Amino acid sequence: MALILDLAAQAVQMLMVVAIAPLALGVTRKVKARLLRRVGPPVTQPYRDLWKLLHKEAVVAANASWLYRVAPYLLFAATWVAAALIPTYSTDLLFSWSADLIAIVALLGTARFVLALAGLDVGTAFGGIGSSREMLIASLAEPAMLLVVFTVALLVGTTQLSAIATQFIDASVGLRVSLGLALFSFVFVAIAENARIPIDNPATHLELTMVHEAMVLEYSGRHLAMIEATAALKLVLYASLLVCLFFPFGMATNDKGVVALAIGVVVWIGKILVLSALLPVGETTVAKMRVFRYPIFLGGAFASAALAVFLLFVSKGF
Amino acid sequence: MATFVGLWVVAQLLANSALAVLIGRFRAGTPIVYGVSFAACLVGLGGALWQLFGNAAGVPETILPIGLPGVGAHFRIDALSAFFLAVTNLGGAAASLYAVGHGRHETAPMRVLPFFPAYLAGMNLVLLADDAFAFLVSWEFMSLTSWALVVAHDREPENARAGYIYLVMASFGTLALLLAFGLLAGPDGSYTFAAMRAAPPGPTFAALVLALTLVGAGSKAGLVPLHVWLPLAHPAAPTHVSALMSGVMTKIAVYGFIRIVFDLVGPIAWWPSLIVLALGAATAVLGVLYALMQQDLKRLLAYSTVENVGVIFIGLGLGLAFRANDMAWAAALAVTAALLHVLNHSIFKSLLFFGAGAVLGATDTRDIERMGGLIHRMPKTAITFLVGCAAISALLPFNGFVSEWLTFQAILVSPLLPQWGLKMMVPAVGALLALSAALAGACFVKAFGVSFLGRPRSTAAERAQETDRISLGVMFLYAAICLLAGVLPGFIIDALAPVVKLVTGDQLPKQSVIAWLSVVPIAESRSSYNGLVILIFLVVSGTLTAAFVHRVSTRATRRSAIWDCGYPDPSTATQYTGSSFAMPIRRVLGASVFQVEERVSMPEPGDARPARFQVRVFDPAWRFAYGPLARLVAATAGRLNYLQFLTIRRYLTLTFSALILLLLVVAAWR
Repeated sequence: MALILDLAAQAVQMLMVVAIAPLALGVTRKVKARLLRRVGPPVTQPYRDLWKLLHKEAVVAANASWLYRVAPYLLFAATWVAAALIPTYSTDLLFSWSADLIAIVALLGTARFVLALAGLDVGTAFGGIGSSREMLIASLAEPAMLLVVFTVALLVGTTQLSAIATQFIDASVGLRVSLGLALFSFVFVAIAENARIPIDNPATHLELTMVHEAMVLEYSGRHLAMIEATAALKLVLYASLLVCLFFPFGMATNDKGVVALAIGVVVWIGKILVLSALLPVGETTVAKMRVFRYPIFLGGAFASAALAVFLLFVSKGF
Repeated sequence: MATFVGLWVVAQLLANSALAVLIGRFRAGTPIVYGVSFAACLVGLGGALWQLFGNAAGVPETILPIGLPGVGAHFRIDALSAFFLAVTNLGGAAASLYAVGHGRHETAPMRVLPFFPAYLAGMNLVLLADDAFAFLVSWEFMSLTSWALVVAHDREPENARAGYIYLVMASFGTLALLLAFGLLAGPDGSYTFAAMRAAPPGPTFAALVLALTLVGAGSKAGLVPLHVWLPLAHPAAPTHVSALMSGVMTKIAVYGFIRIVFDLVGPIAWWPSLIVLALGAATAVLGVLYALMQQDLKRLLAYSTVENVGVIFIGLGLGLAFRANDMAWAAALAVTAALLHVLNHSIFKSLLFFGAGAVLGATDTRDIERMGGLIHRMPKTAITFLVGCAAISALLPFNGFVSEWLTFQAILVSPLLPQWGLKMMVPAVGALLALSAALAGACFVKAFGVSFLGRPRSTAAERAQETDRISLGVMFLYAAICLLAGVLPGFIIDALAPVVKLVTGDQLPKQSVIAWLSVVPIAESRSSYNGLVILIFLVVSGTLTAAFVHRVSTRATRRSAIWDCGYPDPSTATQYTGSSFAMPIRRVLGASVFQVEERVSMPEPGDARPARFQVRVFDPAWRFAYGPLARLVAATAGRLNYLQFLTIRRYLTLTFSALILLLLVVAAWR
């Protein structure tokens, strides 16, 4: 019986991240439009877009291989599994031990690997440009992300997300300089990984500076729907990760009561929506960067996370 | 018993080598020779596994009346050599079986066949040796046989140069090892390993031995800056030999390092581990950066070997640091990570070389800029190569991730180390390891994407044919091992336990009894990983999604021309090439690391000449280390040339004064 309940809790988590993802994207777009003094589409528009795309005929290039058609599902599956393993509303989910933070970073790396290959599959200049730049961003962002992981792991002595969240909630860690640096770094990495301004512009479709959109340019129909859904899911994933690492308060710990879980769910959704609303505020204040300025942006993230790690190696007190 | 099996395998391989001389010229000779090598390696693998699992306690040494007169040569198998024997013979068996199919591409079988079994025998002998003399002779035998294979196709100008550089570096490495053993043997000249173990040298000599071993074994393994021969020599050999050199022989070098530094030297101070860590981290990052810049598929793989050797040495360096501070449990974690990466790398690098060989056989080129679209022409090779790429890029749920994850776990324990030098060094090493992992992903997206995806860039790629069934069988087997070892790493970690126990004095907790077959290196609350659950999750969620989408949405699919934002270009030359793929990283990270020479020649308007763009990437090791060294040697030789033209009177004076000088030295020494 306990196992069934645990499985149910895990299933709730899996379904919830997928269900809320388009909403988070919708909120982001709506707030961004309002900040630009446009009315903007309704917050439910991403759901409708996905539904529309799902019912369109998929046009596949004549020379596309099986990899091109499988990639959207692989991509979605890898991102979904990563999102499902991050504690969102409760710290003791059934499978949260099966992948620690490093493994979750690697899962996202797997998704990116598949997408970059899909970008190269048809053999166009746009696909190549997107894949090449995506891998450049990844090779700068992933080390920064792993240093953030190191920071947190050194502070609490574990890379298990549930254990990290539990320790932070118990307030045995408190406010730290290193955590501030790590948060700064994490936000930069999250912006880069989600292809947001100033690294990439999710609203563009014909610009030589685009990265993610160039990679998926050939996709259409249900395949594109999967890729769009993945993008939304990834946004929620990074928001959940940020919440779990830095603001885990409100999460149910060691309490499988319905009330605690319900509070956890509500608080989590609230936090995700707040973050979705904050993202466009940042986005509207900066301009898109040139490709060869990315290293400065991500190098800043890397340096601040590295500083945090060095501080912690010097003393646990930072 | 196990030692006997090992020696029998060596004898069998040497006999096979002689057989190859006799029958190599016949058509049927090739499969026979490779088949016999395959069988011998399987026996060796069986013996090694039996030793590893059934007989953890050491076996007494076997003394053969060969070698130095009166003392003989000592041979023995313990857990450490059994593990490396298993790696070697697994790789040897796979390469032999692959060659049964792939060998038909060989144009000059008599230049390959006799040396191949001898090379396998040499590698086996190094692992069996239990005294310095046997070790060095087998080491040199292994080097020479592999050199013969490198220059098998000596008509190609690059190969002759590769062979020459390899020979020089190999002799240099052996010299360093010889000196290291000389220091270990001490004034008594006791040259068996048992005697060296019994009388460890003092701390200064221990550090010196470590430095010499780092040079000797490191040059064979490909540590930066001693790696320069590797990317020249490994690709020059026939492909199944390249697989052995990259996948297995670099591991023999790692064995040499572990045997001397962890086993024979005895306790070592903490600071030498700084050097090992720094070299390992530099090797990991530089190796993958060079790999990313290559257009030659086999050379790319060879440079990636350099990277993986760096990862292994990071693990070993951490092991040394922990061991020097009496943290045996942490040393066990680090060494387990290194040994697991030894096994994993030997598997996926061999797999990738097999794939590269299949592509080479089908398209007759190693240049990825002339490939493209091979996934359509060689679908089975493509799948296995893709698995290899995923495994080497440390992607879930394959085996490369597990060893890299364990290395990261070992790095995260390191704040417990007391020394400040290590406290500063280890996080930097961790950051560099993370960087190299990310760059490896980019490197293998390029390797697979440019050669197998896209549109064919040459007629050879357009007409490529799938490779033979035997090669494919080996590749699928290895791809399956990559997945299995990634999903169920606990069993392998358990199998490594006696080896780690021997090397560090401690071992990881037993993994295969943990619930759900997770991997828990230290404690459940600290970190755990379960590849099996992840794989099930991935498969289930992927299948469910696909089923849901196909059920809810329309399944209508239309094939059409490429869209490319409305401006498709029929020319395949407009695709992204390998060098354009690597351009952003070359510009961002390369400026400080490489010597890049970009030459643009743009003809004037009205001029009918084609425009040209040329990029050349130089390995700075040549300019900063080897160039000056070579010039120094040449200058010294030029000076000494003078000695050739003396009169007999002066020669006699010179000889006499040399004698007096030596006598004086001896007298002062006494």
